[in-house]
Amino acid sequence: MGQRVGVVGAGMTKFVRRANETGKELAWQAAKAALDDAGMTLDDIDCVAMGTAPDAFDGVHMKSEYLADGSGAWGKPYYRTYVGGGTGVFVTIQGWWQVASGQFDTCLVVAEEKMSSVQPHPQGAFITIFDNMIERELGPNLLWIFALEMNRYMQVHGLDKRDIAAVSVKNKRNAADHPAALLGQADITVEDVLNSETLAWPVQRLDVSPVTDGAVAVVLAAEHVAKRTTDKPVWVEGVGWHLDTAYWTNRDLYYPRYVEYAARQAYEMAGIREPRKEIHIAEPYDPFDYKELHHLEGLQLFEKGKAPEAMKDGVLNRDGDLPSCPSGGLLGVGNPIAAAGLMKIAELYWQLGGQAGARQVPGDPKKGVAQAWGDLMQVGTVVVMGR
Amino acid sequence: MFEKLSHPEDVRRVEGHIPIAHRYTPGVAGTAFFEELKEGRFVGARCDACGTTYCPPRIFCERDFEALEIDVKVGPKGTLESFTVGYTGLEGEPLDEPVTVGLVRLDGADTVLLHFLVGEAEPEIGARVEPVWRPKAKREGTILDLEGFKLSG
Amino acid sequence: MTSRKPRAVPDAPPRVILGPESLSDAQFRTAVGAIDHQVDARYAWDTGVAISRFLQGLKAGEIWARYCRQCRRTLVPPRMFCEECFRPNDRWVRVADTGTVNTFSICYIRWDMVKLDDPELPFVLTLDGIDNMAGFMHKLGEVAPDDVHIGMQVEAVWKPEAERTGSILDIEHFRPRDAKLRKAKAGAKRKPAAKTRKAG
Repeated sequence: MGQRVGVVGAGMTKFVRRANETGKELAWQAAKAALDDAGMTLDDIDCVAMGTAPDAFDGVHMKSEYLADGSGAWGKPYYRTYVGGGTGVFVTIQGWWQVASGQFDTCLVVAEEKMSSVQPHPQGAFITIFDNMIERELGPNLLWIFALEMNRYMQVHGLDKRDIAAVSVKNKRNAADHPAALLGQADITVEDVLNSETLAWPVQRLDVSPVTDGAVAVVLAAEHVAKRTTDKPVWVEGVGWHLDTAYWTNRDLYYPRYVEYAARQAYEMAGIREPRKEIHIAEPYDPFDYKELHHLEGLQLFEKGKAPEAMKDGVLNRDGDLPSCPSGGLLGVGNPIAAAGLMKIAELYWQLGGQAGARQVPGDPKKGVAQAWGDLMQVGTVVVMGR
Repeated sequence: MFEKLSHPEDVRRVEGHIPIAHRYTPGVAGTAFFEELKEGRFVGARCDACGTTYCPPRIFCERDFEALEIDVKVGPKGTLESFTVGYTGLEGEPLDEPVTVGLVRLDGADTVLLHFLVGEAEPEIGARVEPVWRPKAKREGTILDLEGFKLSG
Repeated sequence: MTSRKPRAVPDAPPRVILGPESLSDAQFRTAVGAIDHQVDARYAWDTGVAISRFLQGLKAGEIWARYCRQCRRTLVPPRMFCEECFRPNDRWVRVADTGTVNTFSICYIRWDMVKLDDPELPFVLTLDGIDNMAGFMHKLGEVAPDDVHIGMQVEAVWKPEAERTGSILDIEHFRPRDAKLRKAKAGAKRKPAAKTRKAG
C-alpha cells in the first residue's frame, strides 16, 4: 500500500515520577535522541506527527502547539493526534500514512506526557472519563473502571490471581534491563504483588503501572531513504485501529473486541494468517497486569481466557515461545500515557534490529506486534513490524 | 425523527466543575532564568548555528534542534516592540485601573518578553525601556520578581 | 537529504538520553520558579433530549429506556439515535428497576487516593427483562463486600420522593433482592425504645 515505510531511529527519555524538564524539554530530549540514532538532523525531516494525551495532564492549553518546538515542528507540516492511551501506537500509524501516501519521505514521530503536573494526583485529571451527567455524581475514581473490567475478566474465565500477578513480576523483572525504566526490579515476586495494598478489589497496588513523565520519538522513512540510512531498517508492515461504543456499561468487559478488529486489519495488511505462529514478539499495552493478558487475547495470540495459562507456562517470558513485553512494559518502565505506547514501537525497532542489549529476545526474531489502548476504554490501535 | 420538545424547560442542566490543579516545574531553562531573575539579572541562550539569542532562554534551538548553553548576558535595557492597554478583566469585568502590557526585546536578545509597563510616561513602539525590580528581599524566582518595565528617561 | 552510506547497526544497546532531571517530592515542592495554578472550570451541561427525560424519570422513581426496532435493542442509558444502526430510534420504554450485578469492585480509596474507612461498592448493573446488555454504573449498599457476587440479583433503593431531584443519586443504591444477603446500612443506629408502649 503506497511507499514502504521503515523505522530508522528511536530515542527516549528516562521515565521518572517528577521531571524538572518542561514538556517541551522532554519532547526535545527524545526527538533529538531519535534523530541522533538515525544519523539525521531536523533538515532531513519532512513532517512531524505528535501524540500526547489530554491537555489536562500537563495542564497547558493546546498542548500540541505548546509542544511543537520540542517536537521539531518549527517550519514543518505538523499535527497532533490523541486517543487516550492508544495514542503512542496511533501516532505511529498517522506518521506512517504521511510517508506511505508518498506525500512525504520522512516523518519524525514524537510522544510526550508530563503527568506530575496534576495536583494532588493525576487521578484527578481522569475524572472526566466518567459521564458528566449520570456518573460523576457517584464520586468515581479511575480505578473503578479497571477493577470492574478485571473482575469480569477473571470471573468469566475462572482465573487465578497468581497467574495475573505473574505478569507484573515478569514485566518489572524485564524492566531491570531497560536503561529508561523507573520500576525495574530484578527480585520482585508474585507474593510481593499479592501482598500489596488492595486499592479497589481485585486491583492491588503492584498490579498498577504508576503514571510518570517521559517522552519517546521514532523516525520513519520511505524505503529509498531507509535503505540509505541504515542496513537494518525495521518495516511497518500492518496498521489497524478500531473504536468500540463509549457506552461501556452496555458491553461485556471480559473481552476487548476492539483490539481484535484493529489486529485483524493490521494482520491482513501484513499478510499474517496465523498470528500465533508468525509473530515472534508482542508488546501489548499493560497499564495493569491483567490488561496485558486481556489484550493478548484480543490480538488473537491466545484464545479467550487462555493467556494466563501461557503466562503460567512461561510462554510469555523473554526466553519463552512468544515473549510479551520484553521491554518491561508500562508496569516496569513506567506510564507517561502517550509516550508509553510509542515506547513499544521503539522496543520492536530495537528488538527486531538486534539492538536491545540485555533485553534482546533470542533466536533472531523477525516480526512483532505493538498495541495500545485507552480513550473511554474502547480504542484498539495495532502496528505490525517486521524485517 | 427526533421528537419535538413542547416544554423547553424540561431540558435539564447538570452543573459541575472539573477540579484540577497543576504545579508547573520551571524546567531546566526556566530554573536558570528564574535563579538569575532573583538576582536582578537577565540570562539568555544563543544558538551558534543560526545566531538566534533567546530570552527567556531555552535548552534547545527550535530551528536547528541544537543543545544550548544558558549563559548569555542580556539587557538590562531593551526596546519596546509592541504594547496594549487592557480595560477589562478575565471575566469581562471592568478593571479599576487599566493595565498596560508590552513586548520587550532586551538588548542582545532576538526574542521578546511579555511584561507590565509601569510608570506615568506614554509608551511608544521603539521606545527604550528598563526593568523595575521588586525589592530583593521580596524576590522569589518568578516572573513577578520584575514589577515591569518603565520608559528610560 | 544528505546521502550517506548505510549505517551499520551498532552492537551496543540503543542510545537513551540521560535526561530528564528527576526531582524528589521535596524538590518538586520547593523548586525555584515552580508555579501553582488552580483551574476554575465550571460548567452547566445541557443534558439533551434523552438524558433530560431519563433524569425526569428518575425523579419520578422510574427508569426509562429508548428502543431501536432495527437492531431490537433497548438502550439504557437512553440515547435518541442508535449508534450501531446510525438512525434515530423509535420509542420510549419503561424498564424495571431490578437487575443483576454484571461486575463489581470493593474500593478502599477515594478519587484523590485518600483511604476510605468504609469501602465503596461500585458495580455495573444489567437490567432485568432486556435481551441485550443495558444498564449503568451505580453503587451497592446494604450488603457485606464478601457477600457480593457477579450474577447477584439486586433492586433499586430509591430516595424518598421529596428528596429526589432528577439525578442518578435519586437511587440511593442497589441492594440484594435476597433479604438474607442484606445487612443494615453502615452506621445505622438502633431506634431507641419508646418510653411507653402501645397497649395490645
